[in-house]
Amino acid sequence: MPAPPSTPKATTVRTHPLGDSALLAELGTRLDTALNTRAIALAAALKKRRDVRQAVAGYASVTVHFDPDQTTYQALTTAIKRLATKRPPMAEPGRLHRIPVTYDGPDIEAAAKQLNLTPTQIAELHTRPIYRVFLVGFVPGWAYLGPLPEELELPRRHVPRTQVPAGSVAMAGRQTGIYPLPSPGGWHLIGRTPVKLFLPDSDPPCLFRAGDRVKFFAQ
Amino acid sequence: MNEKLRVTKPGLFTTVQDLGRPNAVMAGVPPGGAMDRFAHRAANLLVANDEGAATLECTLNGPELVALERCLVAITGADFGPRVNGRPVRMWEGIFLQEGDEVTFAGRRAGARTYFAVGGGIAGDRWLGSMATYMLTGRGGMHGRQLIAGDVISLAGAPRAPAVSGRQLAYNLHPDYANHTLYAIAGPHVRRLGAAGRKELFGSAFKVSKDADRMGYRLEGPGLDASGDELLSFGLAAGAIQVPRSGQPILLMADHQTAGGYPVVATVAGASMPVAAQLLPGDELTFAEVGIEAALRMRKAQRLALDSLIN
Repeated sequence: MPAPPSTPKATTVRTHPLGDSALLAELGTRLDTALNTRAIALAAALKKRRDVRQAVAGYASVTVHFDPDQTTYQALTTAIKRLATKRPPMAEPGRLHRIPVTYDGPDIEAAAKQLNLTPTQIAELHTRPIYRVFLVGFVPGWAYLGPLPEELELPRRHVPRTQVPAGSVAMAGRQTGIYPLPSPGGWHLIGRTPVKLFLPDSDPPCLFRAGDRVKFFAQ
Repeated sequence: MNEKLRVTKPGLFTTVQDLGRPNAVMAGVPPGGAMDRFAHRAANLLVANDEGAATLECTLNGPELVALERCLVAITGADFGPRVNGRPVRMWEGIFLQEGDEVTFAGRRAGARTYFAVGGGIAGDRWLGSMATYMLTGRGGMHGRQLIAGDVISLAGAPRAPAVSGRQLAYNLHPDYANHTLYAIAGPHVRRLGAAGRKELFGSAFKVSKDADRMGYRLEGPGLDASGDELLSFGLAAGAIQVPRSGQPILLMADHQTAGGYPVVATVAGASMPVAAQLLPGDELTFAEVGIEAALRMRKAQRLALDSLIN
Protein backbone atom coordinates (compact mmCIF):
# COMPACT_ATOMS: atom_id res chain seq x y z
CA MET A 1 0.00 0.00 0.00
CA PRO A 2 1.40 3.39 -0.85
CA ALA A 3 2.17 5.63 2.07
CA PRO A 4 -0.30 8.48 2.57
CA PRO A 5 0.98 11.83 1.36
CA SER A 6 3.01 13.34 4.14
CA THR A 7 1.47 16.34 5.83
CA PRO A 8 3.77 19.04 7.14
CA LYS A 9 4.41 18.20 10.78
CA ALA A 10 4.03 20.89 13.38
CA THR A 11 7.61 22.03 13.66
CA THR A 12 9.04 21.73 17.09
CA VAL A 13 11.10 24.79 17.93
CA ARG A 14 13.59 24.92 20.74
CA THR A 15 14.75 28.30 21.96
CA HIS A 16 17.89 29.11 23.93
CA PRO A 17 19.04 32.46 25.31
CA LEU A 18 21.99 34.14 23.56
CA GLY A 19 22.57 36.64 26.34
CA ASP A 20 19.89 38.99 27.67
CA SER A 21 18.71 40.48 24.39
CA ALA A 22 19.05 37.71 21.80
CA LEU A 23 17.92 34.12 21.42
CA LEU A 24 18.54 31.16 19.15
CA ALA A 25 15.43 29.35 17.83
CA GLU A 26 16.35 25.91 16.49
CA LEU A 27 14.03 24.26 13.97
CA GLY A 28 16.21 21.19 13.47
CA THR A 29 19.74 19.89 13.22
CA ARG A 30 19.85 18.53 9.64
CA LEU A 31 21.18 20.18 6.49
CA ASP A 32 17.83 20.32 4.75
CA THR A 33 16.35 22.69 2.19
CA ALA A 34 12.84 22.52 3.68
CA LEU A 35 14.14 23.40 7.16
CA ASN A 36 16.13 26.28 5.71
CA THR A 37 13.03 27.57 3.88
CA ARG A 38 11.12 27.53 7.18
CA ALA A 39 13.97 29.31 8.96
CA ILE A 40 14.04 32.07 6.33
CA ALA A 41 10.22 32.45 6.51
CA LEU A 42 10.31 32.56 10.33
CA ALA A 43 13.06 35.19 10.27
CA ALA A 44 11.02 37.29 7.83
CA ALA A 45 7.91 37.04 10.03
CA LEU A 46 9.87 37.96 13.17
CA LYS A 47 11.51 40.96 11.52
CA LYS A 48 8.07 42.57 11.15
CA ARG A 49 7.63 42.71 14.93
CA ARG A 50 8.40 46.00 16.66
CA ASP A 51 10.09 44.27 19.60
CA VAL A 52 12.52 42.46 17.25
CA ARG A 53 15.62 44.38 16.18
CA GLN A 54 16.98 41.78 13.78
CA ALA A 55 16.31 38.15 12.88
CA VAL A 56 18.91 36.15 10.96
CA ALA A 57 18.21 32.72 9.52
CA GLY A 58 20.90 30.05 9.89
CA TYR A 59 20.81 26.65 8.17
CA ALA A 60 17.97 25.44 10.37
CA SER A 61 17.64 28.15 13.00
CA VAL A 62 16.89 31.81 13.54
CA THR A 63 18.96 34.13 15.71
CA VAL A 64 16.71 36.87 17.05
CA HIS A 65 18.01 40.13 18.51
CA PHE A 66 15.24 41.76 20.53
CA ASP A 67 14.58 44.88 22.56
CA PRO A 68 14.42 43.77 26.21
CA ASP A 69 12.48 46.92 27.09
CA GLN A 70 9.65 45.80 24.80
CA THR A 71 9.53 42.05 25.25
CA THR A 72 10.97 39.15 27.21
CA TYR A 73 12.69 35.93 26.24
CA GLN A 74 9.62 33.98 27.42
CA ALA A 75 7.10 36.12 25.51
CA LEU A 76 9.16 35.89 22.33
CA THR A 77 9.57 32.12 22.73
CA THR A 78 5.78 31.77 22.92
CA ALA A 79 5.36 33.94 19.83
CA ILE A 80 7.98 31.95 17.91
CA LYS A 81 6.29 28.63 18.75
CA ARG A 82 3.00 30.03 17.51
CA LEU A 83 4.57 31.38 14.31
CA ALA A 84 6.34 28.08 13.65
CA THR A 85 3.10 26.08 13.69
CA LYS A 86 1.77 28.20 10.86
CA ARG A 87 2.30 26.75 7.45
CA PRO A 88 5.14 28.73 5.93
CA PRO A 89 4.10 30.78 2.91
CA MET A 90 4.84 29.13 -0.41
CA ALA A 91 8.52 29.81 -0.85
CA GLU A 92 9.23 31.78 -3.98
CA PRO A 93 12.20 30.41 -5.83
CA GLY A 94 15.15 32.61 -5.02
CA ARG A 95 16.98 34.58 -7.68
CA LEU A 96 19.18 32.42 -9.89
CA HIS A 97 22.82 33.44 -10.28
CA ARG A 98 24.96 31.92 -13.05
CA ILE A 99 28.60 31.99 -12.00
CA PRO A 100 31.46 31.32 -14.44
CA VAL A 101 34.33 29.29 -13.00
CA THR A 102 37.79 28.41 -14.28
CA TYR A 103 38.45 25.01 -12.73
CA ASP A 104 42.19 25.32 -12.15
CA GLY A 105 42.35 25.76 -8.37
CA PRO A 106 45.53 24.78 -6.50
CA ASP A 107 43.75 21.87 -4.75
CA ILE A 108 41.89 20.36 -7.70
CA GLU A 109 44.58 17.76 -8.52
CA ALA A 110 44.95 16.61 -4.91
CA ALA A 111 41.17 16.56 -4.43
CA ALA A 112 40.77 14.51 -7.62
CA LYS A 113 43.30 11.97 -6.37
CA GLN A 114 41.55 11.67 -2.99
CA LEU A 115 38.14 11.27 -4.65
CA ASN A 116 39.33 8.89 -7.38
CA LEU A 117 38.20 11.35 -10.01
CA THR A 118 39.84 13.50 -12.66
CA PRO A 119 39.85 17.31 -12.40
CA THR A 120 37.47 17.39 -15.37
CA GLN A 121 35.07 15.09 -13.52
CA ILE A 122 35.23 17.39 -10.48
CA ALA A 123 34.27 20.32 -12.71
CA GLU A 124 31.42 18.29 -14.27
CA LEU A 125 30.04 17.23 -10.90
CA HIS A 126 30.45 20.68 -9.38
CA THR A 127 28.56 22.39 -12.23
CA ARG A 128 25.69 19.86 -12.22
CA PRO A 129 23.42 20.97 -9.33
CA ILE A 130 21.58 24.19 -8.76
CA TYR A 131 22.85 25.07 -5.28
CA ARG A 132 20.90 26.84 -2.60
CA VAL A 133 22.24 29.79 -0.60
CA PHE A 134 21.59 28.44 2.90
CA LEU A 135 22.94 31.48 4.67
CA VAL A 136 25.07 34.55 4.19
CA GLY A 137 27.46 35.22 7.02
CA PHE A 138 30.72 34.46 8.76
CA VAL A 139 32.68 37.16 6.91
CA PRO A 140 31.35 39.93 4.62
CA GLY A 141 29.78 38.43 1.50
CA TRP A 142 30.45 34.78 2.36
CA ALA A 143 27.57 32.45 1.41
CA TYR A 144 27.19 28.81 2.41
CA LEU A 145 26.01 26.92 -0.73
CA GLY A 146 24.89 23.33 -0.98
CA PRO A 147 24.24 20.53 -0.95
CA LEU A 148 27.34 19.41 -2.83
CA PRO A 149 27.14 16.07 -4.72
CA GLU A 150 28.16 13.18 -2.45
CA GLU A 151 30.90 12.20 -4.90
CA LEU A 152 32.72 15.45 -4.02
CA GLU A 153 32.52 15.16 -0.24
CA LEU A 154 35.90 15.68 1.44
CA PRO A 155 36.83 16.79 4.95
CA ARG A 156 38.50 20.19 5.29
CA ARG A 157 42.21 20.48 4.57
CA HIS A 158 44.37 19.39 7.51
CA VAL A 159 46.36 22.60 7.36
CA PRO A 160 44.29 25.67 6.49
CA ARG A 161 45.85 28.16 4.10
CA THR A 162 46.83 31.44 5.72
CA GLN A 163 45.79 33.40 2.63
CA VAL A 164 43.15 32.45 0.07
CA PRO A 165 42.65 34.92 -2.80
CA ALA A 166 39.24 36.55 -3.29
CA GLY A 167 37.18 34.78 -5.95
CA SER A 168 38.46 31.29 -5.04
CA VAL A 169 35.77 28.64 -5.54
CA ALA A 170 36.04 26.05 -2.78
CA MET A 171 34.36 22.98 -1.31
CA ALA A 172 34.32 21.08 2.00
CA GLY A 173 31.90 18.48 3.35
CA ARG A 174 28.58 18.84 1.53
CA GLN A 175 29.14 22.57 1.05
CA THR A 176 30.64 24.86 -1.54
CA GLY A 177 31.33 28.58 -1.59
CA ILE A 178 33.33 31.46 -2.98
CA TYR A 179 35.84 33.44 -0.90
CA PRO A 180 34.59 37.05 -1.12
CA LEU A 181 37.72 38.63 0.39
CA PRO A 182 41.33 37.51 0.76
CA SER A 183 41.26 35.51 4.00
CA PRO A 184 42.58 32.38 5.68
CA GLY A 185 40.65 29.24 4.73
CA GLY A 186 40.54 25.48 5.14
CA TRP A 187 38.38 24.52 2.18
CA HIS A 188 39.67 22.82 -1.01
CA LEU A 189 40.25 25.40 -3.75
CA ILE A 190 39.02 23.97 -7.05
CA GLY A 191 38.63 27.07 -9.20
CA ARG A 192 38.21 30.82 -9.45
CA THR A 193 35.59 33.25 -10.66
CA PRO A 194 35.82 36.91 -11.65
CA VAL A 195 32.36 37.54 -10.16
CA LYS A 196 32.49 39.87 -7.15
CA LEU A 197 30.52 38.60 -4.16
CA PHE A 198 31.26 41.44 -1.77
CA LEU A 199 29.98 44.77 -3.12
CA PRO A 200 30.94 47.38 -0.52
CA ASP A 201 29.22 50.22 -2.35
CA SER A 202 25.87 48.43 -2.74
CA ASP A 203 23.23 47.93 -0.08
CA PRO A 204 23.08 45.09 0.80
CA PRO A 205 26.80 44.82 0.07
CA CYS A 206 26.66 41.25 -1.18
CA LEU A 207 25.55 39.46 -4.35
CA PHE A 208 23.84 36.46 -2.75
CA ARG A 209 20.94 36.45 -0.32
CA ALA A 210 19.68 33.53 1.76
CA GLY A 211 17.30 31.46 -0.38
CA ASP A 212 18.90 32.43 -3.71
CA ARG A 213 20.00 29.72 -6.16
CA VAL A 214 23.43 29.41 -7.76
CA LYS A 215 24.52 27.51 -10.89
CA PHE A 216 28.21 27.29 -11.75
CA PHE A 217 29.39 26.83 -15.32
CA ALA A 218 32.90 26.07 -16.53
CA GLN A 219 34.56 28.65 -18.71
CA MET B 1 34.06 76.26 10.47
CA ASN B 2 33.41 72.64 11.25
CA GLU B 3 37.04 71.63 11.77
CA LYS B 4 37.59 71.32 15.50
CA LEU B 5 40.75 69.33 16.20
CA ARG B 6 43.94 68.31 14.45
CA VAL B 7 45.68 65.02 15.16
CA THR B 8 49.38 65.60 15.92
CA LYS B 9 50.01 62.00 17.06
CA PRO B 10 47.46 59.30 16.31
CA GLY B 11 48.16 56.91 19.20
CA LEU B 12 48.62 53.18 18.68
CA PHE B 13 45.17 52.43 17.28
CA THR B 14 42.56 55.18 17.29
CA THR B 15 39.38 54.73 15.25
CA VAL B 16 36.06 56.51 14.79
CA GLN B 17 33.23 54.41 16.28
CA ASP B 18 29.51 54.74 16.94
CA LEU B 19 26.81 52.20 17.84
CA GLY B 20 27.49 50.13 14.74
CA ARG B 21 25.44 48.66 11.91
CA PRO B 22 23.19 45.94 13.37
CA ASN B 23 21.36 45.34 10.08
CA ALA B 24 24.51 44.60 8.08
CA VAL B 25 24.73 41.10 9.57
CA MET B 26 22.43 40.01 6.73
CA ALA B 27 25.43 40.47 4.43
CA GLY B 28 27.94 38.89 6.80
CA VAL B 29 29.23 42.30 7.92
CA PRO B 30 29.76 42.45 11.71
CA PRO B 31 27.66 44.89 13.75
CA GLY B 32 30.83 46.66 14.93
CA GLY B 33 30.80 49.98 16.75
CA ALA B 34 32.28 50.99 20.11
CA MET B 35 33.58 48.06 22.15
CA ASP B 36 32.66 49.78 25.46
CA ARG B 37 29.17 51.07 24.74
CA PHE B 38 28.73 52.51 28.24
CA ALA B 39 31.80 54.73 27.97
CA HIS B 40 30.87 55.69 24.40
CA ARG B 41 27.30 56.66 25.33
CA ALA B 42 28.43 58.51 28.46
CA ALA B 43 31.05 60.51 26.54
CA ASN B 44 28.37 61.64 24.10
CA LEU B 45 25.83 62.55 26.78
CA LEU B 46 28.45 64.58 28.65
CA VAL B 47 28.77 66.89 25.61
CA ALA B 48 25.00 66.91 24.93
CA ASN B 49 25.22 64.65 21.85
CA ASP B 50 22.90 61.82 20.93
CA GLU B 51 24.28 58.56 22.31
CA GLY B 52 24.83 57.27 18.81
CA ALA B 53 27.11 60.12 17.66
CA ALA B 54 30.61 59.06 16.62
CA THR B 55 33.47 59.20 19.12
CA LEU B 56 37.14 58.27 19.00
CA GLU B 57 38.01 54.85 20.42
CA CYS B 58 41.67 54.97 21.51
CA THR B 59 43.33 51.64 22.19
CA LEU B 60 46.21 51.18 24.68
CA ASN B 61 47.35 54.78 24.48
CA GLY B 62 45.84 58.10 23.58
CA PRO B 63 46.38 60.43 20.62
CA GLU B 64 47.72 63.98 20.76
CA LEU B 65 45.23 66.55 19.54
CA VAL B 66 45.20 70.33 19.09
CA ALA B 67 41.95 72.30 19.26
CA LEU B 68 41.46 74.45 16.15
CA GLU B 69 38.46 76.15 17.73
CA ARG B 70 36.68 76.27 21.05
CA CYS B 71 34.88 72.98 21.60
CA LEU B 72 33.31 70.88 24.34
CA VAL B 73 34.85 67.43 24.80
CA ALA B 74 34.60 64.49 27.21
CA ILE B 75 36.95 61.58 27.90
CA THR B 76 35.60 58.32 29.34
CA GLY B 77 36.48 54.63 29.53
CA ALA B 78 40.00 53.49 30.37
CA ASP B 79 42.22 55.92 32.30
CA PHE B 80 45.20 56.86 30.10
CA GLY B 81 46.00 59.97 32.18
CA PRO B 82 44.42 62.72 30.03
CA ARG B 83 46.06 66.19 30.08
CA VAL B 84 45.16 69.56 28.59
CA ASN B 85 48.21 71.77 28.08
CA GLY B 86 50.09 69.40 30.37
CA ARG B 87 47.68 69.65 33.29
CA PRO B 88 45.64 66.62 34.34
CA VAL B 89 41.94 66.88 33.53
CA ARG B 90 39.03 64.89 34.89
CA MET B 91 37.48 62.04 33.01
CA TRP B 92 33.71 61.42 32.82
CA GLU B 93 33.16 65.21 32.68
CA GLY B 94 32.41 67.73 29.92
CA ILE B 95 35.35 70.14 29.50
CA PHE B 96 35.86 73.10 27.16
CA LEU B 97 38.95 73.35 25.00
CA GLN B 98 40.05 76.76 23.73
CA GLU B 99 41.69 77.34 20.37
CA GLY B 100 45.29 76.06 20.57
CA ASP B 101 44.71 73.80 23.60
CA GLU B 102 46.67 70.56 23.42
CA VAL B 103 45.21 67.24 24.54
CA THR B 104 47.75 64.57 25.51
CA PHE B 105 47.74 61.37 27.56
CA ALA B 106 50.40 60.67 30.18
CA GLY B 107 50.11 56.90 29.88
CA ARG B 108 47.84 54.00 30.52
CA ARG B 109 46.91 53.40 34.15
CA ALA B 110 44.26 50.74 33.64
CA GLY B 111 41.97 49.34 30.97
CA ALA B 112 42.29 49.06 27.22
CA ARG B 113 40.13 51.70 25.53
CA THR B 114 39.44 55.35 26.18
CA TYR B 115 36.66 57.31 24.41
CA PHE B 116 36.80 60.92 23.26
CA ALA B 117 33.61 62.77 22.32
CA VAL B 118 33.21 66.27 20.88
CA GLY B 119 30.03 68.37 21.16
CA GLY B 120 28.31 68.07 17.77
CA GLY B 121 29.65 64.57 17.16
CA ILE B 122 32.65 63.53 15.06
CA ALA B 123 32.15 63.45 11.29
CA GLY B 124 33.10 60.33 9.37
CA ASP B 125 32.30 58.23 6.32
CA ARG B 126 28.95 56.55 6.69
CA TRP B 127 28.79 52.92 5.51
CA LEU B 128 25.66 50.75 5.76
CA GLY B 129 24.09 53.23 8.14
CA SER B 130 27.03 53.69 10.50
CA MET B 131 30.25 55.68 10.84
CA ALA B 132 31.94 52.83 12.72
CA THR B 133 35.37 52.04 11.27
CA TYR B 134 35.63 48.46 9.99
CA MET B 135 39.25 47.78 9.15
CA LEU B 136 38.76 44.50 7.27
CA THR B 137 36.82 46.16 4.45
CA GLY B 138 38.36 49.61 4.95
CA ARG B 139 35.03 51.38 5.33
CA GLY B 140 33.43 53.84 7.74
CA GLY B 141 34.83 56.54 10.00
CA MET B 142 38.09 58.19 8.92
CA HIS B 143 38.15 56.71 5.39
CA GLY B 144 37.98 53.19 6.77
CA ARG B 145 41.31 53.42 8.61
CA GLN B 146 42.80 54.29 11.96
CA LEU B 147 43.75 57.93 12.57
CA ILE B 148 47.09 59.20 11.29
CA ALA B 149 49.03 62.38 12.11
CA GLY B 150 47.61 65.36 10.24
CA ASP B 151 44.00 64.13 10.22
CA VAL B 152 41.47 66.83 11.00
CA ILE B 153 38.44 66.04 13.11
CA SER B 154 35.32 67.82 11.97
CA LEU B 155 31.86 67.94 13.44
CA ALA B 156 28.98 65.91 12.05
CA GLY B 157 26.43 68.47 13.24
CA ALA B 158 25.98 71.63 15.22
CA PRO B 159 26.79 71.43 18.93
CA ARG B 160 23.69 71.73 21.08
CA ALA B 161 23.58 75.30 22.36
CA PRO B 162 24.03 76.35 25.03
CA ALA B 163 26.64 73.66 25.60
CA VAL B 164 27.73 73.51 29.21
CA SER B 165 30.91 72.21 30.70
CA GLY B 166 31.03 70.61 34.10
CA ARG B 167 28.40 67.99 33.40
CA GLN B 168 29.81 64.88 35.07
CA LEU B 169 29.03 61.29 35.87
CA ALA B 170 28.80 60.79 39.64
CA TYR B 171 31.76 58.79 40.92
CA ASN B 172 29.59 56.00 42.30
CA LEU B 173 28.15 55.46 38.81
CA HIS B 174 31.54 54.88 37.14
CA PRO B 175 31.98 51.32 35.82
CA ASP B 176 34.07 49.06 38.04
CA TYR B 177 36.59 48.08 35.37
CA ALA B 178 38.98 46.60 37.95
CA ASN B 179 36.53 43.81 38.78
CA HIS B 180 37.02 41.24 36.02
CA THR B 181 33.96 39.15 36.82
CA LEU B 182 31.91 38.85 33.65
CA TYR B 183 28.30 37.87 34.26
CA ALA B 184 27.13 35.39 31.67
CA ILE B 185 23.94 33.55 30.75
CA ALA B 186 24.11 29.83 29.95
CA GLY B 187 24.00 29.29 26.18
CA PRO B 188 22.47 26.88 23.65
CA HIS B 189 25.18 24.23 23.98
CA VAL B 190 26.09 24.45 27.67
CA ARG B 191 24.91 20.87 28.28
CA ARG B 192 27.74 19.59 26.12
CA LEU B 193 30.12 20.58 28.92
CA GLY B 194 28.52 18.25 31.46
CA ALA B 195 28.24 19.21 35.13
CA ALA B 196 32.00 19.26 35.71
CA GLY B 197 32.70 21.30 32.58
CA ARG B 198 30.00 23.78 33.49
CA LYS B 199 31.64 24.21 36.89
CA GLU B 200 34.96 24.88 35.16
CA LEU B 201 33.36 27.50 32.89
CA PHE B 202 31.58 29.32 35.72
CA GLY B 203 34.31 29.32 38.32
CA SER B 204 37.77 28.92 36.84
CA ALA B 205 40.05 31.81 36.02
CA PHE B 206 40.68 32.42 32.31
CA LYS B 207 43.41 34.57 30.85
CA VAL B 208 43.06 36.80 27.77
CA SER B 209 45.63 35.50 25.25
CA LYS B 210 47.71 37.59 22.84
CA ASP B 211 45.10 36.80 20.20
CA ALA B 212 42.65 39.51 21.29
CA ASP B 213 41.25 42.29 19.13
CA ARG B 214 37.97 43.94 18.14
CA MET B 215 36.76 40.64 16.64
CA GLY B 216 37.16 38.65 19.83
CA TYR B 217 39.45 37.28 22.49
CA ARG B 218 40.94 33.82 22.57
CA LEU B 219 41.05 32.81 26.22
CA GLU B 220 43.44 30.46 28.01
CA GLY B 221 42.22 28.34 30.88
CA PRO B 222 41.13 24.87 31.81
CA GLY B 223 40.37 22.93 28.62
CA LEU B 224 36.63 22.70 28.04
CA ASP B 225 35.15 19.77 26.15
CA ALA B 226 32.06 20.78 24.19
CA SER B 227 32.51 18.13 21.53
CA GLY B 228 29.56 16.40 19.93
CA ASP B 229 27.85 16.29 16.57
CA GLU B 230 28.99 18.92 14.06
CA LEU B 231 26.68 21.93 14.31
CA LEU B 232 25.12 23.70 11.36
CA SER B 233 26.22 27.34 11.26
CA PHE B 234 23.91 29.79 12.99
CA GLY B 235 23.78 33.53 13.67
CA LEU B 236 25.97 34.79 16.53
CA ALA B 237 25.88 37.70 18.97
CA ALA B 238 28.54 39.80 20.68
CA GLY B 239 29.39 38.29 24.06
CA ALA B 240 28.93 34.71 22.87
CA ILE B 241 31.51 32.30 24.31
CA GLN B 242 32.40 29.71 21.68
CA VAL B 243 34.29 26.50 22.46
CA PRO B 244 36.20 25.15 19.47
CA ARG B 245 37.85 21.72 19.42
CA SER B 246 40.98 23.05 21.15
CA GLY B 247 38.82 23.57 24.25
CA GLN B 248 40.11 27.14 24.70
CA PRO B 249 37.09 29.46 24.58
CA ILE B 250 36.67 32.47 22.30
CA LEU B 251 34.74 35.52 23.54
CA LEU B 252 33.13 37.34 20.61
CA MET B 253 33.43 41.14 20.62
CA ALA B 254 32.07 44.00 18.44
CA ASP B 255 33.57 42.98 15.07
CA HIS B 256 32.69 39.30 15.53
CA GLN B 257 31.99 36.88 12.71
CA THR B 258 28.24 36.95 12.07
CA ALA B 259 27.73 33.18 11.86
CA GLY B 260 29.60 30.10 12.96
CA GLY B 261 29.26 26.47 13.90
CA TYR B 262 31.23 26.19 17.15
CA PRO B 263 29.21 25.39 20.29
CA VAL B 264 28.16 28.49 22.27
CA VAL B 265 28.23 27.57 25.95
CA ALA B 266 27.29 30.98 27.39
CA THR B 267 26.87 34.64 26.43
CA VAL B 268 28.21 37.55 28.47
CA ALA B 269 25.43 39.84 29.72
CA GLY B 270 25.17 43.20 27.97
CA ALA B 271 25.96 44.96 31.25
CA SER B 272 29.32 43.14 31.52
CA MET B 273 30.48 43.89 27.97
CA PRO B 274 31.99 47.29 28.95
CA VAL B 275 34.27 45.47 31.41
CA ALA B 276 35.10 42.87 28.75
CA ALA B 277 35.97 45.70 26.34
CA GLN B 278 38.59 46.98 28.80
CA LEU B 279 40.49 43.66 29.11
CA LEU B 280 43.97 43.21 27.69
CA PRO B 281 46.13 40.20 26.87
CA GLY B 282 47.37 38.76 30.15
CA ASP B 283 44.34 39.94 32.17
CA GLU B 284 42.53 37.30 34.19
CA LEU B 285 38.77 37.03 34.24
CA THR B 286 36.07 34.76 35.56
CA PHE B 287 32.57 34.06 34.28
CA ALA B 288 29.76 34.15 36.84
CA GLU B 289 26.47 32.58 35.84
CA VAL B 290 23.37 34.77 36.02
CA GLY B 291 19.79 34.40 34.88
CA ILE B 292 18.25 36.67 32.26
CA GLU B 293 16.31 38.69 34.83
CA ALA B 294 19.38 39.47 36.92
CA ALA B 295 21.26 40.44 33.74
CA LEU B 296 18.43 42.80 32.78
CA ARG B 297 18.50 44.39 36.25
CA MET B 298 22.19 45.17 35.71
CA ARG B 299 21.38 46.58 32.28
CA LYS B 300 18.69 48.78 33.86
CA ALA B 301 21.15 50.10 36.45
CA GLN B 302 23.53 51.14 33.67
CA ARG B 303 20.67 52.79 31.81
CA LEU B 304 19.79 54.80 34.92
CA ALA B 305 23.43 55.87 35.29
CA LEU B 306 23.38 57.16 31.70
CA ASP B 307 19.99 58.79 32.23
CA SER B 308 21.52 60.79 35.09
CA LEU B 309 23.46 62.66 32.39
CA ILE B 310 20.35 63.69 30.46
CA ASN B 311 18.73 66.92 31.60
